[in-house]
Amino acid sequence: MLSYLIRRLILVLPVAFGVSVICFLLVQIAPGDPLTAIMPVDATADEQAAMRAAYGLDKPLPVQYAIWIGNLVQGDMGKSIATGRPVAAEVFGAVKNSLLLAVSAAVIAFPIGIFLGFLAGYFQGTWIDRAVTAVSIMGVSVPNYWLGIVLVIIFSVNLGWLPSMGAGPGGSSAWEWDWLHMRHLVLPAVTLAVVPIGIVSRTVRALAGDILTQDFVQALYAKGMSRVDVLRHVARNAAATALSVMGLQLGYLLGGSILIETVFNWPGSGFLLSNAIFQRDLPLLQGTILVLALFFVAMNLIVDVAQAAIDPRIQRT
Amino acid sequence: MALSETPVEIAAEPAPVASPQGYWSGVGARLLRDPLTMICLGVVALLILSAVFAPWLGLADPYKGSMIARLKPIGTEGHILGTDEQGRDMLARLIYGGRLTLFIGLTPVVLAFFIGGALGVVAGYVGGFVNTIIMRTVDVFFAFPSVLLAIAISGALGAGIVNSLVSLTIVFIPPITRVAEAVTSGVRALDYIDAARATGANALTVIRVHVIGNVLSPIFVYATSLTSVCMILAAGLSFLGIGVRPPEPEWGLMLNTLRSAIYVNPWLSALPGVMIFITSLCLNLLSDGLRSAMNVRD
Repeated sequence: MLSYLIRRLILVLPVAFGVSVICFLLVQIAPGDPLTAIMPVDATADEQAAMRAAYGLDKPLPVQYAIWIGNLVQGDMGKSIATGRPVAAEVFGAVKNSLLLAVSAAVIAFPIGIFLGFLAGYFQGTWIDRAVTAVSIMGVSVPNYWLGIVLVIIFSVNLGWLPSMGAGPGGSSAWEWDWLHMRHLVLPAVTLAVVPIGIVSRTVRALAGDILTQDFVQALYAKGMSRVDVLRHVARNAAATALSVMGLQLGYLLGGSILIETVFNWPGSGFLLSNAIFQRDLPLLQGTILVLALFFVAMNLIVDVAQAAIDPRIQRT
Repeated sequence: MALSETPVEIAAEPAPVASPQGYWSGVGARLLRDPLTMICLGVVALLILSAVFAPWLGLADPYKGSMIARLKPIGTEGHILGTDEQGRDMLARLIYGGRLTLFIGLTPVVLAFFIGGALGVVAGYVGGFVNTIIMRTVDVFFAFPSVLLAIAISGALGAGIVNSLVSLTIVFIPPITRVAEAVTSGVRALDYIDAARATGANALTVIRVHVIGNVLSPIFVYATSLTSVCMILAAGLSFLGIGVRPPEPEWGLMLNTLRSAIYVNPWLSALPGVMIFITSLCLNLLSDGLRSAMNVRD
C-alpha cells in the first residue's frame, strides 16, 4: 500500500507542473496585457513601460513563470488588478462557499443515484429499470443552468417558498448554519445534484447488472445465503468503481458549479471567476482556476488511493 | 442442452452468413429497427434543417424589435411563441438560434474527432517516447473539469464565435485522444498487425489499411457521446456572456437576456432552455442507439 501511495504521489508532480504552466499561459493567450484593464487610455509610453516593470511584465516568459511559481509556493498568488487585494484571500473565501454548495449537492445526489442505480440493476429489463434509465438520461442531458431557472420560476416566482439568489438574507455572504441561510442553499444544491444523479445511477446500474450475472453470485445463492447477504457481497464488489466515479463527480461539482453560481448569484469561486473575466482581472482568473484545478488533482489522488485501499487488486496494476 | 440437438438446429436453420453488404449496412438495418433512435435522428435532422433553411421558412425578422410588443406571452396573435424583451419574435429567434448553437455545439467535436483521433492513433501505434509525450500532455488537461477548462480559455480569449470554437475544441481533444490511444494500442498488439509489418508494409500503410478500420467505430461512437455536453457547454458560454455576442440569436444568450423577464413572463424566459434540453436529450439517445447498433462496448 505504501509503495502504491508513493508511486501515485510521484505521478502527481508532473501533472501539477503542467497545470501551473497552463494557468500561466492563460494570461499569455489573453489579448492585450494584464494591465490594459487598469491603464489610463492616455498613458504615455514611458508610464506604460514603468507599470510593466513594476509588475515584472518586461521580463522574458520563462523568467516570469519562475517568479510566479516562486511566489506561488510561498502562498502569494499576486494581487487582484481590479480590487488590489491579494488573490489568495479572495479565492479561498470563495472556494469555501463553492465547497459548501458542491458537498451539499453531493449529499443529495450520491444516495439517490446509488439507490436508483441499484434498483435498476437489480430489476434489469423491468419497468423499474426503464424508468430509472429514463430519469438518468434526462439527468445527464439537462442543461443545469436552465433547470436552475426553471426551479426559480416554480419555487421562487410562482410559489414564493424559497429565495432565488444569494447565500444569506439581505445578500450577505457570511454563512451560518440556520434556516435563514440554509434555505438559500436548497435550490442551487438541488440543481447542481441533477447531473451527478444521472451519472451515478447510470454507473451503478451497469455495475450492479454486471456483478449480479457473475458466477459467484449464483454460488452464494446456491449455498443458501440470504438475498440481503448476497446483495452485501455485490455492493462490496461495486464499491471501488462507484467510489471513484463519485469522487470525480465531487471534483466536477466544484469546478463545474460556475454556471449554477451565476444563476443563483452564489458567492463562490464561479461567481469570482465570472467577475474576474468581465473586469479582465487576469491574476484573479489565473489564481481561481489554478486552485480549482489543483483541488481536482488532489481529489483524483484521494479517489485512486481510496480505491486501492478498498480493492487490493488495483495496487498490483 | 443435449448435444444431439445441435446438428438438428443447424439443419433447420442455416448458420447466419455475414451479410454480403458488410458492416455498415448491418449498422443501418439495426438503426432502422430501433424506433427511439430513429425518432431522435428525426428530431435532430429537423432542428438542423430548420436552422439551415430558416431564411426560407417565412419567419419574422429575428433582429427586428418593437417597443410596444415586448414580452408578449406565448400564444399571442402573430407571435405564436410570444416576443422577447426587445419585442422580437420568439419563434423566429428560436429557429434562427439553432444556427449558432448547433454550429458551435457540434463543430468542436468534429474537429476534436480528427485531431484527437489522429493524435491517439499515432500515440497508440508508435508507442514509446511519442506515446509518453502525447499522453502525459493529455493527462494535464484531464486535471481540469471540462466546464472549468472551457470557461478558463474562453474567459481569457474573450467573447466571440471563433474563440468559443477554439476553447471547446481544446476541451474535447484530450478525451478523444485518450480513447483513440486505448483502442489503437489494443489493436496494435494483435498478431495480424505483426504479420502485416513482417510482409514489409510501412507504418502509414498498416495504419491506413489495418488499424483505422478497426478503431474508427469506437472512436466515432465516443465522439458522438460528447456532442450533447459540447452543445450544453457552447450555450453555457454564451449564457455567461463569453460566447456569442448580442444581438445574434443563440439559445444560451437568449436564456441569459430573458432572465430579467422571469417575474414578468416566466415561462417565456424558459423557452430557449427547452430547445437546448430537447437537442441534448436527442443527441444522447442517438449516441446510445448508435453504440448498440455498432456493437461498441465501453
